[in-house]
Amino acid sequence: MAKVKSLAELKAMREKLQSNLDLREKSNNPDALVQVKVAMATCGIAAGAKQVMEHMMEKADQLKLSVVFTQTGCMGYCHAEPTIEVKVPGKDPIVFGHVDNKRADEILEKYVMNNELVEGIIPVNYEKI
Amino acid sequence: MTKIKTHVLCCGGTGCKASASDEIISTFEKLLKEKGLQDEVQVIRTGCFGFCEKGPIVKMLPDNTFYTQVKPEDVEKIINEHIIKGRKVTDLLYLDPENKQHVADSKHMGFYKKQLRIALRNCGFINPEDIDEYISRGGYEAIAKVLGEMTPQQVIDEITKSGLRGRGGAGFPTGVKWGLCAKNQADQKYVICNADEGDPGAFMDRSIMEGDPNSIIEAMAICGYAIGATKGLVYIRAEYPLAIHRLQVAIAQAREYGLLGDDILGSGFNFDIELRYGAGAFVCGEETALIHSMEGKRGEPTLKPPFPAVSGYMAKPSNVNNVETFANIPIIITKGADWFASIGSEKSKGTKVFALAGQINNVGLIEVPMGTTLRDIIYEIGGGIKGGRKFKAVQTGGPSGGCLTEKHLDTAIDYDSLMAAGSMMGSGGMVVMDDTSCMVAIAKFYLEFTCEESCGKCSPCRIGNKRMLEILNKITEGNGTMDDLQELRNLAAVIKDTALCGLGQTSPNPVLSTLDNFWDEYVEHVVDKKCRAGVCKKLMNYVIDKDKCIGCGKCAKNCPAEAISKTSYIAEGHKLPSMEIDTTKCIKCGACMSGCKFDAISVK
Repeated sequence: MAKVKSLAELKAMREKLQSNLDLREKSNNPDALVQVKVAMATCGIAAGAKQVMEHMMEKADQLKLSVVFTQTGCMGYCHAEPTIEVKVPGKDPIVFGHVDNKRADEILEKYVMNNELVEGIIPVNYEKI
Repeated sequence: MTKIKTHVLCCGGTGCKASASDEIISTFEKLLKEKGLQDEVQVIRTGCFGFCEKGPIVKMLPDNTFYTQVKPEDVEKIINEHIIKGRKVTDLLYLDPENKQHVADSKHMGFYKKQLRIALRNCGFINPEDIDEYISRGGYEAIAKVLGEMTPQQVIDEITKSGLRGRGGAGFPTGVKWGLCAKNQADQKYVICNADEGDPGAFMDRSIMEGDPNSIIEAMAICGYAIGATKGLVYIRAEYPLAIHRLQVAIAQAREYGLLGDDILGSGFNFDIELRYGAGAFVCGEETALIHSMEGKRGEPTLKPPFPAVSGYMAKPSNVNNVETFANIPIIITKGADWFASIGSEKSKGTKVFALAGQINNVGLIEVPMGTTLRDIIYEIGGGIKGGRKFKAVQTGGPSGGCLTEKHLDTAIDYDSLMAAGSMMGSGGMVVMDDTSCMVAIAKFYLEFTCEESCGKCSPCRIGNKRMLEILNKITEGNGTMDDLQELRNLAAVIKDTALCGLGQTSPNPVLSTLDNFWDEYVEHVVDKKCRAGVCKKLMNYVIDKDKCIGCGKCAKNCPAEAISKTSYIAEGHKLPSMEIDTTKCIKCGACMSGCKFDAISVK
């Protein structure tokens, strides 16, 4: 291991290391961040939810967006897998269906960054307790 | 490359380790590998989460799910349900004792709601054996700031301004202490970390060292720069093997990064740390005794002055601070004195870590802002008294402190209010008692501890405490007189005035505070020869209710002293004669009562 020689080096080191702890830091205050829940039940996984989640995480990193990704169980929209729920702070959560890599990019670039609605929204008509 | 989607934090503190947390971690690692998830899920062994009552704790991130009392065999279920299917494993969640609902997120648990974690900021969050994790949370930036931008005097001023006071018990202002040592010129000075945590039931310092050892190393280096010392020594008791191990790992990693050693961060400042092991004598927590023990001499205190700041380790100026005090230093430097001074009460700034123990629902390690009330700590964080019993007293400050009662529940606790109430902050042990505790017996327990731990150098402590203990023994055996109570007060006053060190001077406190707050109970023991809590064995008698007793004879079989025999009385509706206890033979073990299925035996 190389020795740390200055504050600048220490800071650079922190920058590099921070991504390892990113997931933990974010979970300290998830309500202040964009939260994406990916439905990851059997049908979701079969429809490619894993790959989409992977892709979306990378895309969010590229766009320098602070997003908390969580896996969740079946949301019940088996006809529209993969489905994800996106919650932007201060807004009601929105569920998107048939999310592939392309749509995932759209959701991040248009909805999350610019508040433009994109296709594929599933109207949610139930109350959660 | 697949991205890590879930972090599994598993407590690796001494408490959870004792309940198989190592096995939980290895099971996680093994099963995740079997299921091909090792690249998506990271398992981290952290320090203490504080919620020891419900350990071992496993926390899932990013969704903050808090699993309690996890057993190695539960791991597979957590992986299958939580990690693969995204469903929480409900029966492992914390059950709110009040509304009987499962709480998934630790943020919504009463135990954590009122806490503010500064000294414990990294405990239960990072892997204490990985310096990288400490650095990525801003670790070692305080020492970098100090070396790069501040003069030693500025560091001392900043700490003084923050209002930080010693967390070991007496509450001496830390900045002032540093200033005193900095003033003294010498070719060698020492920074000493007092990790000789000795109060019964206290584990604050151990948990900090186990959960965040790097914060102590960084703080000691900062102190070294401020007072002009290049050597740091940690005096730690040998019965803390895990804390020792974690410190050793952290010191080795810091050396490798050049954050300890020569020319730290290119500043020309040299600092290194060594560990010194104590054999677990309580008196060695006193700074002069601690220094003697480190020098290889008997762990006996000496008169102050000279203070260690003038003549300490090897007769060189030394600065001794407690572990928790050090844990606060780096964050004061990075966030500023004003930030720290904005937390807490008027004269006590910041937070205090307490080890909550005794008859309380949520036993564990907590950190609250100074000025939090005892009621909040006991009922909100602690979840109230076990079994819904009645609160009787809370002991703070260990053998140097005292017992507070119901009337103190709304006292905002800080150094001064606790002192005014006849107790003290101490290092942070907090033992909660319900109505099954006898206060005379409690006073006796603490005094027994002091007698055992007294080094014997000065006679007030060695002989005075012994005489007090004899009187307490007399009282709990039913032979006390009212004169004895007065004698206790007299002796206490003399010991307080004349003992050599802090141990002796404060040793009568548990007796005095119980005399003040529970006078009736002492009088009951002396005059009525009764112990209302049923603790003092000599004062109680087991009695068989002859009308309830069906004469089965089980008690007589259980009795090891052959004190129970048949009478000639047969109660109405019963077929066999009832039993009776010969109180002259009875040894009061209680075996008869615990074996009786008919509730016929009671203590009178």
